[in-house]
Amino acid sequence: MDKTINVTLKIWRQKGPKVKGAFETYKLDNISTDSSFLEMLDILNEQLVSKGQEPVVFDHDCREGICGACSLYINGHPHGPDDSVTTCQLHMRRFKDGETITIEPWRSAGFPVIRDLMVDRQAFEKIMQSGGYVSVNTGGVPDANAIGISKIDADEAMDSASCIGCGACVAACKNGSAMLFVSAKVSQLALLPQGRIEAARRAKAMVARMDELGFGNCTNTGACEAECPKNVSITNIARLNREFISAKLKD
Amino acid sequence: MTKIDAKIPQGPLAEKWSYYKSHQKLVNPANKRRLDIIVVGTGLAGASAAASLGELGFNVMNFCISDSPRRAHSIAAQGGINAAKNYQNDGDSVYRLFYDTIKGGDYRAREANVYRLAEVSNDIIDQCVAQGVPFAREYGGLLDNRSFGGAQVSRTFYAKGQTGQQLLLGAYSALSRQIEKKTVKLYTRYEMVDLVVIDGRARGIIARNLVTGKLERFAAHAVVIATGGYGNTFFLSTNAMNCNGSAAWQCYKKGAYFANPCMAQIHPTCIPVHGEFQSKLTLMSESLRNDGRIWVPKKKEDAAAIRAGKMKPTQIKEEDRDYYLERRYPAFGNLVPRDVASRAAKERCDAGFGVGNTGLAVYLDFSDAINRLGENVVRARYGNLFQMYEKIVDDNPYETPMMIYPAIHYTMGGTWVDYELQTSVPGLFAIGEANFSDHGANRLGASALMQGLADGYFVLPYTIQNYLADQIRVPRFSTELPEFASAEKEIQDRIAKLMSIKGKRTVDSIHKELGLIMWDFVGMGRNEEGLKTAIEKLKAVKKEFWSNVFIPGSGSDMNTELEKALRVADFIEIGELMARDALDRQESCGGHFREEYQTEEGEALRQDDKFSYVSCWKYMGEGQDPELIKEPLDYEFIVRQQRNYKA
Ligand SMILES: Cc1cc2nc3c(=O)[nH]c(=O)nc-3n(C[C@H](O)[C@H](O)[C@H](O)COP(=O)(O)OP(=O)(O)OC[C@H]3O[C@@H](n4cnc5c(N)ncnc54)[C@H](O)[C@@H]3O)c2cc1C
Ligand code: SF4
Ligand code: FES
Repeated sequence: MDKTINVTLKIWRQKGPKVKGAFETYKLDNISTDSSFLEMLDILNEQLVSKGQEPVVFDHDCREGICGACSLYINGHPHGPDDSVTTCQLHMRRFKDGETITIEPWRSAGFPVIRDLMVDRQAFEKIMQSGGYVSVNTGGVPDANAIGISKIDADEAMDSASCIGCGACVAACKNGSAMLFVSAKVSQLALLPQGRIEAARRAKAMVARMDELGFGNCTNTGACEAECPKNVSITNIARLNREFISAKLKD
Repeated sequence: MTKIDAKIPQGPLAEKWSYYKSHQKLVNPANKRRLDIIVVGTGLAGASAAASLGELGFNVMNFCISDSPRRAHSIAAQGGINAAKNYQNDGDSVYRLFYDTIKGGDYRAREANVYRLAEVSNDIIDQCVAQGVPFAREYGGLLDNRSFGGAQVSRTFYAKGQTGQQLLLGAYSALSRQIEKKTVKLYTRYEMVDLVVIDGRARGIIARNLVTGKLERFAAHAVVIATGGYGNTFFLSTNAMNCNGSAAWQCYKKGAYFANPCMAQIHPTCIPVHGEFQSKLTLMSESLRNDGRIWVPKKKEDAAAIRAGKMKPTQIKEEDRDYYLERRYPAFGNLVPRDVASRAAKERCDAGFGVGNTGLAVYLDFSDAINRLGENVVRARYGNLFQMYEKIVDDNPYETPMMIYPAIHYTMGGTWVDYELQTSVPGLFAIGEANFSDHGANRLGASALMQGLADGYFVLPYTIQNYLADQIRVPRFSTELPEFASAEKEIQDRIAKLMSIKGKRTVDSIHKELGLIMWDFVGMGRNEEGLKTAIEKLKAVKKEFWSNVFIPGSGSDMNTELEKALRVADFIEIGELMARDALDRQESCGGHFREEYQTEEGEALRQDDKFSYVSCWKYMGEGQDPELIKEPLDYEFIVRQQRNYKA
């Protein structure tokens, strides 16, 4: 038989970006420890709707840790207490019977709240648009095996490319910096010969856009790396800094 | 009788696409700027199409439900993407990829489309590498490959267990570049709620702004839907939560035929269902079947002991294990196509050999691979999948075999399109999983990513021009036209109706009820009686929904329950069409298994003389039976055979 627990939830409710929000408390009984955190919220929402109330709004889609849609600050941690997982992969077996769980949206100037636990991450889109790509059009490219790439570089690029764009790094950072997110993309492309050509230009453009959008400065606290659900490494930031400095020197 | 024309170009198979391209009409650069194209969806198909059309100079509007194009369902694809590169020198070729895809699809796909798909597959890999997609490589610096079900060559390219993610990020980066250049305007958190048809041509959409809840109108010279599949009709599936069939269903109601709705794929390797609260099922990639061996206990008493928690799989001796796929299909072993592997698992479980506490599970065992290759190699290949499994099930697959069971995964059926990917409504195109085109009755692993990107990068950007070349004199449309007003009013009324029901059931509770009916009667094994029962039951569910659903909040504000309700209303009708189509198709082929039509050994039995056609369903109005139009599948180049994965 499944084990079940009872929990108390303190959830941030906020009707809209300009409306004042507040915590609401809900009690949930008999939650299977095999259910995921979001399934627990589904159960809450089913109960709220059955009582004629509006459900708690939160972003989610894949529910397997890859789309980056889910967010949530759970008991003071982005994506909750478990390591290397997103909120949707978190399971209730990580919580104790009788525990009070506090659930908040990402809190960062860069990500305004839309409703309840849903935030606006358009700023990440704008950073990507400023240069998070290799400038090639469809067609007319060389054969895929024309350029060899060392396995080590390819694997490292893959690690940087695992960023899911969730924004936990920004939410975790006391300065609200987006450096881990930006550096992951810059590193991935700088490590590959295809992306190398524009590496300097890309680093400058993405950092400039990040600054323009009001994200804070990086002071190397390492909070981002600790909370990143995909273990994106802070060494990416060092690489970004190198790219950035060499780009500036060339100016 | 409505006639159907797939517009297959003339000439030998291998020359059709070149012939088409050299004879089609094109639009010159100055005119492209004056032509507007709506692309709905930002998955592999939508993002690659929007980016490529933007690069060509068209004025593109691109829509998605999520807050970022990168979060489309394509992001979740794990295993890989096929191409006929023959980098492994193992005998692959365009023809072989074509042949495997036709055979894998149980001879129910169009030859010309599939050949073109195989032909452009190599360009996709080149394109992705140029974008900086970090595919797996060998120490020598060249690209690595793995094998997938239904093939005897290694032609699958991959990026760890995150291939869909990396391919989508590639397409998304190309899209982001076009957004910066202002050739594409992006609308996130927008949901298409209707298609606007003017004088018989697709000319725009009505979309609901999901943040404000307001309906908005968008006009264009052509509309492309790239909105994915309808697997979530079953409630529990491997699809992401927002996957839906609604855009395709709106198009169906505006005159686009819906093809082969009953062709749904059940994936053999998913984490088994474990509770009523469950919201979705998680796939364990097919690539695992490269190294994992599937088995159940040979003895019923062992299976019973395992189910009762009295025995562990590791305690069962080698000779007491039934590696049933290797036993039944020696030539392909654990790498038989998905439909075959799924049915074989069901057969063992139905016969009482299933494991797990429900008895609805089989083992996928890596102990041999770990002994042969070492844990590190296995970790490098499948590390993230193993981690995912462990987080969900709380069991370590390096030590105990994984448990898996089939689940709904993909829909081969979809909006009918011709060779140009144009639907039966002129100016409306469908690409990616949303269309029905290339996979016949069963899709091979690693071929959906290939098809989505083929459509978006290399096919649609050509074929759409053949249509648009005639449109260069048509001025931009005003959204004040009466057709826009009436489409908007229709959806406004539908929302008002839903909000006014104020019944007692939640949307999810009805969706779950729908899902169970689908799984029981329109799932892995279907029969005439069950399908008739399903149709009756679905009618009742529809009635219950429209008289007893409850949606809190307001219709003209953000409302996540209303979003779900609009989709579920369509799922119920899609479910009925699936059952109807399954009833019509009195044969077994690929993912469609009619219990009345099987060989003595329990394999699918096609009826080529009667059912070598695409079922195209035409909407005839609310409460009316749809008309079935048949597109004959005349095979010119391949001789149909009974699929054989044994020898
Ligand atoms: C878990 C999993 C693993 C898979 N692994 C593989 C694999 O290894 N290899 C392989 O080849 N295939 C795989 N597949 C299948 C493959 O991922 C999909 O078939 C493919 O990605 C579909 O791409 P698409 O672009 O057609 O649609 P999707 O990626 O589903 O995108 C649909 C888009 O349409 C938008 N949309 C939908 N409706 C509306 C609307 N009404 N208004 C506005 N926007 C809308 C969505 O927001 C989204 O942007 C896998 C599938 C799953 C579920
Ligand atoms: S770097 Fe990590 S925390 Fe930041 S957006 Fe990417 S995945 Fe999320
Ligand atoms: S819902 Fe996709 S990462 Fe959590």
